[in-house]
Amino acid sequence: MPQQLIQFEGVCKRFGDFVAVETVDLGIEAGEFFALLGPSGCGKTTLLRMLAGLEVPTEGRILIDGQDMSGIPPNKRPVNMVFQSYAVFPHMTVEQNIGYGLRIDRVPEPERRTRVAEALALVKLDGYEKRKPDQLSGGQRQRVALARALVKRPKVLLLDEPLSALDAKLRETMRTELAIIQDKVGVTFVMVTHDQDEALAMATRCGVMNRGVLQQVATPSDLYEYPANRFVADFIGGVNLFEGRLVGDEDAHALIEADGARIWIDHGVTGATGATVWAALRPEKIELSHREAGASPPPTPACVPAGANLLEGVVRHLSYLGSETVYDVEVSGGRMVKVLRANVRRYEERGFEEDQPVWLSWSPRSPAVLLQ
Amino acid sequence: MKGDRAAPLDYLARWPFRLWIGLVAIFLYAPLLVLVAFSFNTSRRNIVWQGFTLDWYRAVLDDGDLLAAFGNSLTIAAVSTLVSLVLGALVAVACWRFRFPLKPVFEGALALPIVVPEICMGVAMLVFFSRIMPWPDGLAWPFSLGAIIIAHISFSFPFVAVIVRARLASFNRELEEAAKDLGAPEWRIFLDILVPHMRPALIAGALLAFTLSLDDFVITFFTAGPNTVTFPVKVYSMVRFSVTPEVNAASTLLLVVTVALTVIGLKIQGRDLGKMEGGH
Repeated sequence: MPQQLIQFEGVCKRFGDFVAVETVDLGIEAGEFFALLGPSGCGKTTLLRMLAGLEVPTEGRILIDGQDMSGIPPNKRPVNMVFQSYAVFPHMTVEQNIGYGLRIDRVPEPERRTRVAEALALVKLDGYEKRKPDQLSGGQRQRVALARALVKRPKVLLLDEPLSALDAKLRETMRTELAIIQDKVGVTFVMVTHDQDEALAMATRCGVMNRGVLQQVATPSDLYEYPANRFVADFIGGVNLFEGRLVGDEDAHALIEADGARIWIDHGVTGATGATVWAALRPEKIELSHREAGASPPPTPACVPAGANLLEGVVRHLSYLGSETVYDVEVSGGRMVKVLRANVRRYEERGFEEDQPVWLSWSPRSPAVLLQ
Repeated sequence: MKGDRAAPLDYLARWPFRLWIGLVAIFLYAPLLVLVAFSFNTSRRNIVWQGFTLDWYRAVLDDGDLLAAFGNSLTIAAVSTLVSLVLGALVAVACWRFRFPLKPVFEGALALPIVVPEICMGVAMLVFFSRIMPWPDGLAWPFSLGAIIIAHISFSFPFVAVIVRARLASFNRELEEAAKDLGAPEWRIFLDILVPHMRPALIAGALLAFTLSLDDFVITFFTAGPNTVTFPVKVYSMVRFSVTPEVNAASTLLLVVTVALTVIGLKIQGRDLGKMEGGH
C-alpha cells in the first residue's frame, strides 16, 4: 500500500449517544484536492475538525505523514485551517493577521516580512497590508484567511465550507482561483462542503458522507457516473431512480423490470436474479421524441429487445433554464421522470410543450445499477 | 402645524414630549448647576448670590485635610479599579468558558454585591474588619487604606464581571480556534485574541468601578478608621458643621474629574467598538 499523507484508521466520534462519525477508514494522498461532501449534519465537519485537532476521536487514530496525531494539540499539527466564518482577527491589520502564525513560531522579522508579502501576492491582496478587516469585503477577508493559513506552509490545508458565505458570482471565481492556488503551492487541500457542484468542480477526489458513514470515495466523474448506492446517486446531481426486479442477468446484459418500465443494460450485474435493484438514470441521458397519433417509436439499437428502454409519457411541466430545459414527464403508472435537454439551437421548429405526448428512450449504457 | 406632519414614531416633534424632556433635564441637572454656581459665590452662605470669586477653590487647595482625603479617595479608587478589573475579567472568562459544579450558585452569589443594600454591606464590613480579620493599625500610608480597598473591590468587581460577561457572549469562538490552529498556546490566545475583544467592556467596567469607588460613602464610612478619611466622608463631616461654598468647590472638582474620565472612556470605547464590527 502506498504511503498516504493522511490516514484515518477506524475513526469514530460520538457525542453522548449521538454518533457523528462512524468508523471511517480513509487515505488521502499528498497533493490531492479532497472534498468531503454531504448534507448538513452528516459528520463531514466533525471529521475535518478531528484532522485539525479541534475534536478528539472517540475511537481510532489519524496519521499525518505517518505520524500518529493522537494527543497532539491543534497548535502542534502540520495542518492549518480556513474557517467557515474566516475568523479573521478583527483588531489586527491584514499584515498582522497573516503574520500572526509566524510571530507565534518566532520566525525572524525579515523572513516573516517576505513570507507575508509572498502570501499576499498569492491571494492577490498586495497593497492591502495596512487595512483592517472591517475595510475588506467578504471575498477579501476569505483571501486573508487563506493567506494566513498558507503562510505557515502546512502539509495539509483544511477548508470548512470555504465558499458558502460568498455570493454566487464570486463563488464561481473563487472556485477556479482556489484550484489555481492549490496547483501553485502544491499543498494537500481537504475541503468540506454541502454543495455538490463545488465539490465536483474543484476536487480531484470526493468522499460522500451521510449520517456519519462514508458512503463512497471516488473521483468526481466516477461519483456521478458510477454511484455506489442510492444515496450517492440522489445526492450528486439529479437522478431518476427506478426500483425493480432483476429478471435477466447474463455476462453481457441484464434486464430490470420496474412497474411497466423495462430497463435493458449492456453489462451483467453481480446480483441474484429476482432481487430488488435500482436503476439510476440521469436526466440528461434520456432522449425525448414526439409521439403523435400514428407516429412510430424512435429506433432502438439492435441488441435491445423491443419495448425495453422506451417509455410513453406526457410532458407535465417544463422549467426553462437558459442553457437547458428540464422537463417533468409523466409516464404510465403516474411516475414522474425528469429529462434534461440542452438548448443547442436558439429556435426549434417542433419544441416540446406542456401536455405533449412524448417517447422517452435511452441507451443501454446509460442506467447505473444500484444494489443498495 | 409642524406637529401634525410628524411621522408616527417621531415623538420628539410633538411639544408635550419636548416639554417632558425639558422637565426631566431640569430635575436631573438643576441641583448640580446650583452646586457649581454657588462654588463661585462670595457669600459664606449658599443662599444669596453676591458676587464672583475663586476664593473657595483657593481654600480647598489650602485645606490639607481635604486634600489628603482627596488623595486617599483617588488612591483607593485606582487600586480597587485595577484589582476589580483583573478579578472581574477573570471571573467573567471562567463563567463563559468553563462548566463546573454549582456554577449557577456561583453566578448568583457573584451578583449579590450588586443587589445587597449598601448599608448591609457596610455593617458586614464593619463586623468583619473589627472581629474576624482586624486590619492592623499604624501601617504606612497606602497600606493603611487596605480595609477600604478590599471593601471597594468586593462591591465593584461584580459590576466588571457582569459587563465583561455580556461582551464575551458576542465572541466568535472560531477566532479562538483559528489562533490555536495557527500555533498559539492558551495564554497567547487569551492575550492576543480575547483581551482585545474584551477591551470595550474592560474600559466600561473600569469607569464604573472607579466612579463607584470614588463616590462611595456608606461602605467607606463603616470601614474607615480615624486616619483613613476619604473625600466623601470628609465632605460629610464638613457639612455637619455648615455647608460652606468650600464644600461646593470641592464637589465641583470631583464632578469635573469624573465627567472627564467618563468622556475619555466613552471616546476610547466608541473607537474600539467601531473597529470591531467588521470582523465577525
